[in-house]
Amino acid sequence: MKNLFKLIYRYHVVFLFILLETLSLSMVVTYNSYQRATFFDSSNFLSGTIFEKFSSYLQVFEFKQVNLKMAEENAVLRSALHQMLLKSNRGTYNSSDSIYLPRIAKDSSMKAVYRFTTARVINNSVNQQHNFITLNKGRHDGVKPDMGVIANGQVVGLVTNVSENFSTVISLLNSKWKISAKIKRNNYFGSLSWDGKDYRRVQLNEMPYHVPVQNGDTVVTTGYSSSFPEGLIIGTISDFSIGTGSNFYKIEVMLGADFKNLVIVGLVENKQINEIKQLESLNKYGN
Amino acid sequence: MGINTFKYLLIFVVSVLLQVLIFNNLLIAKIIAPFFYILFIVLLPFDTPRSLLLFLSLALGFTVDIFTNTPGVHASASLLVGFIRPGILGILTSRETLDSITAPRVKNMGFQWFATYVTFIVIIHHLFLFFVEAFTFDDFFITLLRVILSSILSIILIVLSQFLIFRN
Repeated sequence: MKNLFKLIYRYHVVFLFILLETLSLSMVVTYNSYQRATFFDSSNFLSGTIFEKFSSYLQVFEFKQVNLKMAEENAVLRSALHQMLLKSNRGTYNSSDSIYLPRIAKDSSMKAVYRFTTARVINNSVNQQHNFITLNKGRHDGVKPDMGVIANGQVVGLVTNVSENFSTVISLLNSKWKISAKIKRNNYFGSLSWDGKDYRRVQLNEMPYHVPVQNGDTVVTTGYSSSFPEGLIIGTISDFSIGTGSNFYKIEVMLGADFKNLVIVGLVENKQINEIKQLESLNKYGN
Repeated sequence: MGINTFKYLLIFVVSVLLQVLIFNNLLIAKIIAPFFYILFIVLLPFDTPRSLLLFLSLALGFTVDIFTNTPGVHASASLLVGFIRPGILGILTSRETLDSITAPRVKNMGFQWFATYVTFIVIIHHLFLFFVEAFTFDDFFITLLRVILSSILSIILIVLSQFLIFRN
């Protein structure tokens, strides 16, 4: 027994190292699900405040750029509004309009399902395998988990954790997140994920051979996830090939949103998400 | 002692802040991402007790993890560096030098010694970090390329910091 203690004392650094290393590696493994709301997360008070302070200094340099972007967006919205007004006067609404608008105008009896707000990005990364974005709005401002995040009408990510004043967003550039997406031209859908290699490209999987695919096809959201409205642009197909020994295409999608340059993002809330989730959860009991 | 503790606390805070606020936003040619924060482990005095070194490395990695939403990834990598550092020092330097000089700095140990020492530490750290982060040996050579190129940048930044900010 005495010898055992001697041994432990002699190699206590090694034992300590093995213990601590096991602890931290098990943390890597167990933290696989991104929904876990824990204190460690960049929406927590300490890092949230530091990121917010720092980005408010940088903001001064960004103003010009932000103004330009806003002006651009205003112009797009104004022209869309104008077109809508013209069409509603004539009593027709063309649903294949290239500019997406919530489908409220189509039928006045339909309620507005989606609510839009904006937030500022205070931290963002593209250089890791699992990228997250931190926003300067939280529960206090009405941000909730599962809200969709868009920039210039294009998909960016999904709100995962919310604190009082901040929220974190799992970026589309996170290999742990998948979203269903479809080819706009023919409505065939697959699942979209990121392989962690290039921050400008994501991969569209599970698209069977018989589907006609072309370079330049627009890839849009399906609306199945209920966090995003249907038809939001994700990107365009830049390359596709037939995988060896599989029945599916390997499709590369060039992202529409510039993830290295996010300043202001839009938050989309589906007002009926709880109702949809409740209804869908009924199916699980059936199994 | 008090002054020293304060100095190293300051180095800790500055390395973490530089990492999370500046270097985390740096991504060159889509794959090169420097990890500058291990500067803190590099600069600790020679006579730091080994177990304290482990706890400090863990705390450092953990702090960076909190900012990057990657629990365990940086903690495990910098813990490994904290464990291996005494071994590296033993290979590079004799016992007497370690006893006569307090801490690893360019002005104490010379440029060549310091660069070699930093190279060892950074490569071990990056190798471990990038593979734990990827958590797969698929695309082995791409990850290896990321390790090599990012290490070069981190080494340059850490050595350069000796001439710019942390002169003592």
